[in-house]
Amino acid sequence: MANDRLIIAGREFKSRLWVGTGKYKDFAETKKAIEASGADVVTVAVRRVNITDRSKENLLDYLDPKKYTILPNTAGCYNVEDAVRYARLARAAGVSDLIKLEVLGDERTLFPDTAGLIEAAKILIKEGFIVLPYTNDDPIVAQKLVDIGCPVVMPLAAPIGSGLGIRNPYNLKIIMEMIKVPIIVDAGVGTASDAAFAMELGADAVLMNTAIAGAQDPIAMAEAMKYAVYAGRLAYKAGRIPRKLYATASSPIEGML
Amino acid sequence: MAETIQIQVNGEQRGCRADATVGDLLRELTVKTERVAVELNLEILDRKDFDHRSLKQGDRVEILSFIGGGV
Repeated sequence: MANDRLIIAGREFKSRLWVGTGKYKDFAETKKAIEASGADVVTVAVRRVNITDRSKENLLDYLDPKKYTILPNTAGCYNVEDAVRYARLARAAGVSDLIKLEVLGDERTLFPDTAGLIEAAKILIKEGFIVLPYTNDDPIVAQKLVDIGCPVVMPLAAPIGSGLGIRNPYNLKIIMEMIKVPIIVDAGVGTASDAAFAMELGADAVLMNTAIAGAQDPIAMAEAMKYAVYAGRLAYKAGRIPRKLYATASSPIEGML
Repeated sequence: MAETIQIQVNGEQRGCRADATVGDLLRELTVKTERVAVELNLEILDRKDFDHRSLKQGDRVEILSFIGGGV
């Protein structure tokens, strides 16, 4: 597994677990949880700087950009115009062309507006962005995203923050078989077995935030997720046995009395 | 003493020197220019232009940065 690197748009990543940085108690906890997760990609949001209280610390004072790939998102954007605006702001504030593109369609489910997503992705790709699209578990949309130039597709496992786990393993599996770019299962995992399951299905990586940040002990859960993703990846590469309805004895009959 | 103009910064009205640049405003607010994006009247500025863009009466400035956020 030493050379089992994830490569996206020519960039190599060590970890197949990517984590968000929201919902933590404080930056110290964020930092510890990210370290425990072993992730080398962390997502961040783009928001107004607090200009009235300048004593507040900055998240990036805690996350060394040499150690982590900072992946800005367009979370909270409900139309193409806003998503494109936030992506441009993220690039202006940051150091790279990477953008985790979200165009949301509904506040209650936070499901992606896939038509808006494709439209925004086209605009941003034309401007030189490397677009990592958060999408639904729809294989046809996934293919369209690849066709317009997305180097990765990030289908959800379940609604963001829901912790419901892999709700539609069959669609995800179809996406993984159909799509020739890396697939990152993004959003909806609740616990370690969900992450392992995603990897066993053949996901190239898993991205999560709430499952770690919202756990009673986020740092312990971050570590659990690290092992789950690793174990799931190993199991996928190892190739599981087929499911059978009846038993097959593991001990030989030969030599019995 | 330079005269004062009114501008809007991150949605809030504030006074500022009439000959101030975006860079001056950031220094006055003690905002480090690294890892911030500045939008002046909806135009995203290049960081190297902060000290060359002067502010005018009624300008709308947005200063953004990265915060914790997830999926």
